[in-house]
Amino acid sequence: MGSSPVLIKRVFRFYYDGFRSMSWWGKRVWIIILIKLFIIFIILKLFFFRNFLNEKFDNEKQKSEFVLDQLINSK
Amino acid sequence: MIDVPDLTLVDWSRAQFALTAIYHWLFVPLTLGLSFIVAIMETIYVKTGLEEWKRMTRFWMTLFGINFAIGVATGIILEFEFGTNWSYYSWFVGDIFGAPLAIEGILAFFLESTFVAVMFFGWNKVNKKFHLVSTWLVAVGASLSALWILVANAWMQNPVGMVFNPETARNEMVDFWAVLFNEVAVSKFLHTISSGFLLGSMFVAGISAWYLLQKREHHLATRSLLVAGVFGLLSSLLVVYTGDSSARTLARAQPVKFAAFEALYDGRSDAGLVAAGILKDSDRKIGKKVVKDFSFRIEIPGFLSFMTGGNTRAFVPGINDLILGNPEKGLLPVAEKMRRGKVAQDLLRDYKNARAGNDSVKMSTIRKVFADKQFIEEHFRYFGYASVENPEDAIPNVPLAFYSFHLMVTLGFYFILLFCLVLFLLFRGTIAKQRWFLWILLFSILLPYVAGEMGWVLAEMGRQPWIIQDLMPVSTAVSRIGSGSVITTFVLFAVLFTVLLIAEVSIMIKQIKTGPNH
Repeated sequence: MGSSPVLIKRVFRFYYDGFRSMSWWGKRVWIIILIKLFIIFIILKLFFFRNFLNEKFDNEKQKSEFVLDQLINSK
Repeated sequence: MIDVPDLTLVDWSRAQFALTAIYHWLFVPLTLGLSFIVAIMETIYVKTGLEEWKRMTRFWMTLFGINFAIGVATGIILEFEFGTNWSYYSWFVGDIFGAPLAIEGILAFFLESTFVAVMFFGWNKVNKKFHLVSTWLVAVGASLSALWILVANAWMQNPVGMVFNPETARNEMVDFWAVLFNEVAVSKFLHTISSGFLLGSMFVAGISAWYLLQKREHHLATRSLLVAGVFGLLSSLLVVYTGDSSARTLARAQPVKFAAFEALYDGRSDAGLVAAGILKDSDRKIGKKVVKDFSFRIEIPGFLSFMTGGNTRAFVPGINDLILGNPEKGLLPVAEKMRRGKVAQDLLRDYKNARAGNDSVKMSTIRKVFADKQFIEEHFRYFGYASVENPEDAIPNVPLAFYSFHLMVTLGFYFILLFCLVLFLLFRGTIAKQRWFLWILLFSILLPYVAGEMGWVLAEMGRQPWIIQDLMPVSTAVSRIGSGSVITTFVLFAVLFTVLLIAEVSIMIKQIKTGPNH
């Protein structure tokens, strides 16, 4: 019963110590990772990569009808 | 109302996807290869207890970490592009593409990323064996990640294990094992991960050579060259072996691509493998399309027939046979495939009309037809041909396929020679004195990247005009969005990835110059 909090504490300590004692390159790549994730998930995803079908239609049926039309009439 | 995409939109969407995939592939193979090399070095350390191996392991692990961190999540952008730029395709493939990608995300990526923390933070905190297991799990996790992505890609090359549902306009997976053990997936996976192992070995060998040129870290460099030499030689032999079986698989699943990368126009028995050749403008025509032909070539007689059919008398179909048909060899002309695809498309139109008229009996009947094996085999498998204008539009870019294939193969044999020389000079104990060879090793770091990218160019461009082989051409798959927004994101990606690449290279160079003592 009491082992879970101890385990969680040990895991937390493991990561905490790891990040604290990180070398110069580790710190630098973490900064790059965070900037990259911000660009990918906030800028690119929100402003440039909206899901085309989700934006255009409200439900799955409308999406399937639309794609069906494309498949039938594509030439 | 149906929008017909303009060529600019299709071309820019393709260029954008190609740019993203090419950049993504600069990071992936080094992760695949270096993770195994690090695991091998750490295994030697745990077995022998020699501190020098621990020092080596930690040094190469640092370079692995830099590459892993910079490359992580660059593949996510490809998934964004599926939803935005290739939404009709994404809808059409349904759960077949989604399932392997989801497994990759949940299983392999978490396995990899969880144990990466133990790899880097766990030295002196967990016991040696647990640390070693974590390192191996990262290596295996990286390859498992690649497996699921390649399974999804292989389905595009050879769609199997699914049934098309006209109600949802999606393909539905009916046989998971057929998708997983798709013959293209198996050969593609083995070929791709072994090419990653080779690239990792070349990277280690090249940097070790630099240390020897600088007259630094002699011990680390020669030990690393030994590991890289053995692992690299085995990997390059595996690359050639799996490349051969991969080509055999392509000859069955994508014969036009196979004929294109050999620039074989007229099928024949006793077909020779082109060892080297130059293609130039010619008068040769297939349908209305003028194609390039050889101005010069060196052939290995009978070898292409032997590769594909097991004997030199085996018939290898050429592009002419595959486009215009060859009744004697049972090859359908593209015109007939277009007719059959049209039958499937007309039936889909009937379904739509039946749904509009609430004719549930007809709808049920048509759904059953789409699930019928004979209909799938005779008509639905050619569904994409209904969207093809002219038979010759089914011919990919022959010079591109030919040159990318031959450059890749030439480099494959070059790597075998190079790793043999590494081992030979190491065993003679003279490698540090052969400065010319060390320079070659250093500059050869770039070549596996070239070979790997050529492999992807061949796989993707050689499949044109299809996004899903025979089922969907790229022109049908692309979302009708403004080409201006695609150009904008293309430029954004070019800038973002270039910055990431510069960051990776500069951090790596700094760490390599610092050396393993840091």
